[in-house]
Amino acid sequence: MYDHNVRRRRAVLGGLVALSLVFLTAYFGESANGPLRSVQRGFLEVFAPIQEGASRALKPFSDLTGWVGDTVNAKGERDKLVKERDQLRAQATKADFLTRQNRELQSLLNLDSGAGLKPSKPVTARVIARSPTVWYATITVDKGSSSGVKVDQPVVGPGGLAGTVSEVAGGASKITLITDSTSGVSAKVALTGVTGLVKTAVGEPDNLVMDFVSKTDKVKPGQRVVTAGSRSSRLESLFPAGIPIGVVRKVDPGELDVSQRVHIRPYADVRKLDFVQILTKPNTAPELTAQAP
Amino acid sequence: MAIRLWVLGVVAVIVQLAAVSQITLLGVTADLTPLVVMSVGLLAGSIPGACMGFGMGLFVDMALVQDLGVNSLIGVGVGYGAGRLRELRDPAHTLIPIAVGAAATAVWTIGFSLMQFLLGVDAPVSFLLAREIVATVIVNAVLALPVYALVRRVVLPYLPEDPRRRRRRAYTTGGLSPISRA
Repeated sequence: MYDHNVRRRRAVLGGLVALSLVFLTAYFGESANGPLRSVQRGFLEVFAPIQEGASRALKPFSDLTGWVGDTVNAKGERDKLVKERDQLRAQATKADFLTRQNRELQSLLNLDSGAGLKPSKPVTARVIARSPTVWYATITVDKGSSSGVKVDQPVVGPGGLAGTVSEVAGGASKITLITDSTSGVSAKVALTGVTGLVKTAVGEPDNLVMDFVSKTDKVKPGQRVVTAGSRSSRLESLFPAGIPIGVVRKVDPGELDVSQRVHIRPYADVRKLDFVQILTKPNTAPELTAQAP
Repeated sequence: MAIRLWVLGVVAVIVQLAAVSQITLLGVTADLTPLVVMSVGLLAGSIPGACMGFGMGLFVDMALVQDLGVNSLIGVGVGYGAGRLRELRDPAHTLIPIAVGAAATAVWTIGFSLMQFLLGVDAPVSFLLAREIVATVIVNAVLALPVYALVRRVVLPYLPEDPRRRRRRAYTTGGLSPISRA
């Protein structure tokens, strides 16, 4: 009985394998119009409608499964894209930062050569902290007394005057910006030599005001304002003459009707300072030639 | 039983071609054919397994207008192997279909690739092919258990002898029961 079963099993296996090989050999041996291919085509003719019907009947199922698969794939795709977006955002942020840094350093360099700040021994410092208030009054930089920085030295930013040193530590300094309410800079209109005192319009860092300008003086919007400087031994100005401050935006009649208020848009954007230059030898320079950026 | 197996094979191939092959999982489509053949082999033995493999393989070759005999030859091997496993080892563990299903799929897909290669068809022997084979094996391993359960449900009433039923019967009717021995 066992032998019979074994023989039967082997015979079936051998027969099926042989049949498969016969099919295979015959199929490869025959022409395109051979009997096996004809049978295959006939089978396809018969089977196609069944397959079509089954496909229609099973479509909701395959759609549902496909929808689940698509959802899973979409989720994975979304995660991948979110990751990619974050990477690109980080790269873009870094690029923006570097671009701005580059622009500021370029401006400082231009200011050095253009306005002739080199004799004032400018020390370039990086802004490491800034006042969190809306007034933008002070910033902290990473250069201090070890770099030759002293209190009251003038500070220039990209484009023009930024403020003065108000506190000095070994490796850091606090800068009081020209937009601080305590700041006051003697200034003059570069073209006409009209002088006045530039102060801030509190809380408006884009708006400086030059007071004590006589009503008879001709000041027009678009004219450039620079530091006046003073070489008087009695009252020496903190700032060398000729450092660009800003451009006249508009002119208002003064409160007492004997003077006028000149509104100035500062060249240095004190809200976006990343680098500044501290003029460590401000009064050794000859009068600077104002060259607006 | 032969009719049931024939109907099962036809329905399985139709479902495979009409629905399952349109669903992509892990970048590949599941292949029910090796799973059904494996299940029949595991449940019914080597001869029904080999016959089922041959029949389903031939059906697939016919329906897809492929080289006739390739799938049937591989199907014979897979069905016979699964059947012999049942006859020699009588596996009863619940998870056996997963392992056997994965093995059957691996044999089927690798065998098909080798056959194509031997027949001179431009089979892309590449990392992509290997990845597809592995992914298909994984997907089929996941599907093996439900397919086995379904086939078992269809085939079981017509089987002359089921390993589990046989074992259960042995324990409840004396003979091999440890209680009766004591």
